[in-house]
Amino acid sequence: MKLSDAPQQPATTESTELLSGAEIVCRALKAEGVEFLFGYPGGAVLVIYDEIYKQKSFSHILVRHEQAALHAADAYARATGKPGVALVTSGPGVTNAVTGIATAYMDSIPMVVITGQVPTHAIGQDAFQECDTVGITRPCVKHNFLVKDVADLAETIKKAFYIATTGRPGPVLVDIPKDVSAAKTLYHYPAAVEMRSYRPVTKGHSGQIKKAMQMLLGASRPMIYVGGGAVLGNASAQVTELVRLLGYPCTNTLMGLGAFPASDKQFVGMLGMLGTVEANMAMQNSDVLLAIGARFDDRVIGNPTHFAAGNPTRKIVHIDIDPSSISKRVKVDVPIVGDIKEVLTDLIAQLKAAEQKPDSKAIAAWWKQVEEWRSKDCLKYKTGGDIIKPQYVVEKLWEVTKGDAYVTSDVGQHQMWAAQYYRFDKPRRWINSGGLGTMGVGLPYAMGCKFAFPDADVACITGEGSIQMNIQELSTCKQYHLPIKVILLNNRYLGMVRQWQQFFHGDRHSESYMDALPNFKMLAESYGHVGMDIEKPADVEGALKDAFAMKDRLVFMNFITDQKENVFPMVPGGKGISEMILAEDL
Amino acid sequence: MRHILSILVENEAGALSRVAGLFSARGYNIESLTVAPTEDATLSRMTIVTSGSDEVIEQITKQVNKLVDIVKIVDLNEGKHVERELMLVKVRAVGKDRDELKRTADIFRARVIDLTEKTYVIELTGTGNKLDAFLEALDRSLILETVRTGACGLGRGEWIIKA
Repeated sequence: MKLSDAPQQPATTESTELLSGAEIVCRALKAEGVEFLFGYPGGAVLVIYDEIYKQKSFSHILVRHEQAALHAADAYARATGKPGVALVTSGPGVTNAVTGIATAYMDSIPMVVITGQVPTHAIGQDAFQECDTVGITRPCVKHNFLVKDVADLAETIKKAFYIATTGRPGPVLVDIPKDVSAAKTLYHYPAAVEMRSYRPVTKGHSGQIKKAMQMLLGASRPMIYVGGGAVLGNASAQVTELVRLLGYPCTNTLMGLGAFPASDKQFVGMLGMLGTVEANMAMQNSDVLLAIGARFDDRVIGNPTHFAAGNPTRKIVHIDIDPSSISKRVKVDVPIVGDIKEVLTDLIAQLKAAEQKPDSKAIAAWWKQVEEWRSKDCLKYKTGGDIIKPQYVVEKLWEVTKGDAYVTSDVGQHQMWAAQYYRFDKPRRWINSGGLGTMGVGLPYAMGCKFAFPDADVACITGEGSIQMNIQELSTCKQYHLPIKVILLNNRYLGMVRQWQQFFHGDRHSESYMDALPNFKMLAESYGHVGMDIEKPADVEGALKDAFAMKDRLVFMNFITDQKENVFPMVPGGKGISEMILAEDL
Repeated sequence: MRHILSILVENEAGALSRVAGLFSARGYNIESLTVAPTEDATLSRMTIVTSGSDEVIEQITKQVNKLVDIVKIVDLNEGKHVERELMLVKVRAVGKDRDELKRTADIFRARVIDLTEKTYVIELTGTGNKLDAFLEALDRSLILETVRTGACGLGRGEWIIKA
């Protein structure tokens, strides 16, 4: 898909000067309109860093661990739609970055990662800080390059941006040996690149779109299921128009939250392993299912055999930019490959022109059924005690930030509570690792958002396990004065692991208790930030208001929450999505 | 079911690893794989023999096609095609076995391309089945070593696979 927010193709930059590889890197990033380069220096990138020192077109952000550079660049891309850019050195710089690259790859995030390499003559000699970067990263990038000749560098960087941001987006890595960054060549940055082996389809097949329209209009139990592809494809407005035009129920996946507004009455909540009853039941029992930029993954539809066998007559329309996502886990009746925004625009036009309208009687009956499921109020939780419920903190956060913050999360129970209780009305506001499920992303994700939108509220919802996986970034936040609000839901357990152990492993809490925690308030203060301990439900709202009133300070809020709270509804692994365990069942 | 996939790839370092890595990462079978440059030096042609249900073959085709270096992938089983594989067999050839081996080779239209006092190297081209049949026709105790290229193939007639 074309990222509409991405910088326009720059005019051809001709130059008769001889430039070094390092100068070319800086010029190319400038030509691509890069604002921030997240990175960490080292031997193999010293020449590039020397040029960074001399230039003024972008800001380099020095993180405290390469993994965080990748996550911050990734979040910048998720929040803005523009590609994130990171720079790390060879060897350990790369291996530290791999988690960040794989995280972005799993969620199809456009990124360009520049890595230093040992000099070309030393490659393969087991040189100091050498590793096979293109080999190590090959399975977790959309594409990668090793540049052996400085004459190829400018075009390679152009290709990297082109590949990263078109089709199904993803990270692209450019490995630059030290002697290549030092060597000189005539600089020419191409305005565009053409690749015979890479030509993504954007326009959907009109015959297929017509079939989809007829199937949707003939539905009596329709369901619209929207995934991260709708967010990445900047198709939120089209999704919203389509759903309202049809009047059908709509669910968003974890990655799709915000694509259709959560406050709309047609929204039935997030679906999946920890989704709502109404979303999962409507998904399972629909007669026509429209999937938009979603991939029927295991955390969304559970067991694919149960999903298909439980409703063999269900017809599925699937719109996706990536042909390999279609009929991968679930057989699809009407596949439409193309850019989601373009396809939906065509579909909406065809629907408006059609004489047939949805079967209002059948749809009313279907809504009655959906409302009955909704009336179970499956996200209800016990209140009134003197222990802070984590869900309550998220609900209050939503109120205090008026539902308009950039919310990042780590991975675990807190992530699911954030997804369930912070009602996202806009796309690109919910920044989390859905595919790889990487603990430790939350704080660097918040940094990426704050750099992109310095005036917006940015909250990082985290757990005491996850936050310790990149807590060193509090130092980066200090250096760049990033007034992030860290919302730590501290239950002294790796909560999701503990929950699974409770249900499926005889309540044996093997290695899931987080012992020997630091004093988070003092820890935050030692970095020059504001720390808070909040232990009573009555203090939650006031503390949040105080924290968000401190516009220029990072506030680390340590909420001591209920240790035994679980995420519901819950579908056990390997089960069908309609086989949920509810809080009230226990 | 067995399928022959014919793949045109950019003749660049790492292209083979990308394809082979994809097969292992996603748990697809490779029965054989051959690769060499084509008459156009910028392109290599890879032939992969694999097996799987129609759904699996469809996924393999889509996943391979998604790799940025892949120019084209075609399942030769979708149409009429010819396929060939080359095998070299070194056999112990002494005494009365020498004539017997030569006669068997002639029947299969194989050629002896190297001989010493005690050995032959026999070259045989054909489908995989023919190569298997030849090996079965030999006295197993005489086979010293074998090497096979894996299958390569082309569509018949006007079915031309070009970049």
